[in-house]
Amino acid sequence: MSVPAGTATTLNCETIRADFPALHQDVNGHPLVYLDNAATTQKPQAVIDAVRSFYEHDCSNVHRGVHALSQRATVAFESSRTSIKNFLGARDSREIVFTRSTTEAINLVAHSFVGPRLNPGDEVLITEMEHHSNIVPWQLLCDEKGASLRIVPMTDDAELILEEFEKMISERTRIVSVVHVSNALGTVNPVEEIIRLAHDKGVPVMVDGAQAVPHMKVDVEALDCDFYAFSSHKVYGPTGIGVLFGKRERLLKMKPYQGGGDMILSVSFERTTFNEPPHRFEAGTPNIEGAIGLAKALEYIDDLGIDAIQAHEQSLLEHATQAILEVPGVRLIGAPQHRAGALSFVMEDIHPHDIGTILDQEGVAVRAGHHCAQPVMQHFNLSATVRASFGLYNRVDEIDALVKGLHSVREVFG
Amino acid sequence: MSDLKDLYQEVILDHNRNPRNCYIMDGASCTADGHNPLCGDIVKVYLRIENGIIEEISFQGQGCAICTASTSLMTESVQGKSVEEAQGLFDEFHQMLTGVAEEQGVALGKLHVFEGVREYPVRVKCATLAWHTLNAAMEEKKENVTTE
Repeated sequence: MSVPAGTATTLNCETIRADFPALHQDVNGHPLVYLDNAATTQKPQAVIDAVRSFYEHDCSNVHRGVHALSQRATVAFESSRTSIKNFLGARDSREIVFTRSTTEAINLVAHSFVGPRLNPGDEVLITEMEHHSNIVPWQLLCDEKGASLRIVPMTDDAELILEEFEKMISERTRIVSVVHVSNALGTVNPVEEIIRLAHDKGVPVMVDGAQAVPHMKVDVEALDCDFYAFSSHKVYGPTGIGVLFGKRERLLKMKPYQGGGDMILSVSFERTTFNEPPHRFEAGTPNIEGAIGLAKALEYIDDLGIDAIQAHEQSLLEHATQAILEVPGVRLIGAPQHRAGALSFVMEDIHPHDIGTILDQEGVAVRAGHHCAQPVMQHFNLSATVRASFGLYNRVDEIDALVKGLHSVREVFG
Repeated sequence: MSDLKDLYQEVILDHNRNPRNCYIMDGASCTADGHNPLCGDIVKVYLRIENGIIEEISFQGQGCAICTASTSLMTESVQGKSVEEAQGLFDEFHQMLTGVAEEQGVALGKLHVFEGVREYPVRVKCATLAWHTLNAAMEEKKENVTTE
């Protein structure tokens, strides 16, 4: 936390790790090596304190009360929205909608933006690399509307085939929804180019940024995306809250997502007048402490500097790629030019779940499974992979622990 | 590493490497499909039952070492047994893994190698998938079995 924003090229891992209480524990008799950051990240003390402080001092509902606590809660909640706006480089806080998760943000766009514009025969364009959360909402919508879901293919190196993408955008395409960084493979997709190509044909673009925001600078104005979503808990904030950025002119024309309190201006049994965005899309009491905790997490990242974090994680990834491949029988899945956050691999005929159990015995937490991206697994003709995913607090010696664990796997399986 | 040796015993590793009765059966009298969504294990069990006796049993599938070995050993254990005996064995096996039983039955024999799985609660499903699937096949349930 001692490094000024934007100037650092290296992170001081020891001071950083001191900020994360959960990292300091033994698992099965070994120091915890947490390499499951793509699933969720650990939380810095500052975030835990911010959530706790809300409940200890300012706990109240937002947007309504005239009393002191409610005013404090409202100010804290709405200034979190402003922090998020600044973090994403958006123009206007009213472009920041709080959701439960990235998943809910995608569902919101499917329901309130795409749904009313989708006619039989229209198309929704996604990619082969998507998490289930960027597949299933579109499948449901396309089934309901008689539209078709089209899939941009990827190569065996785990890169999207942009020429195919260009060919697949048609006058029937109503939205392109694409993952910024693949959760299963770590591939960084060229979203700038995808957005430009789609906009050239007048097609709006939604970006699933759940795995991008923790690892790289994201500027929604520079990207010019129509929608961008991410989850708090993957970026060192609390669980249960996510963010949808939507261009103001898009949000203004969208119908509500859920009905309830806070999303209305006035209600009678004859007629309801809906509130302005973003409140139109935030029915019910929001996750107040989640918003406060998320803003604190983004502040933490800003203090370290996202460029320094990115450089640190890239060096971890490079080291991990080499070190893992030195273990006999290990094969990395995909070889994209740009990778962030995560590596997926398999080990000859040893099932990833067995690898995960054995690594856990040595205190190393990884993810084994299909990573909610079964089409990715199908592409590579696998049922599962092992995924090691990195965060700003990981150290090179933790990769060594992973490699040592993989040697133990070999030992057990002979 | 001693704990891991309890889980991955030599018999389990052997059955994982060389699963027994692993083939598609022609003329099966009943089959069932099982699925463990947690790790993506899938197994299909084939049975030829005559006069209430499991005359032949085989399987096809894809899974972790615990799942594959458990399925393989299960086929060996229930071959030639009556449907009732197989169900009784499943009950005992299940009790051994979930620690409900005060004392364990002697009928389990080789299946005792799975006792170590009890220490790994998330892996119990890997060991029991085959048995749930066998049960479904014996009861001729039409729907897929999942461990969820």
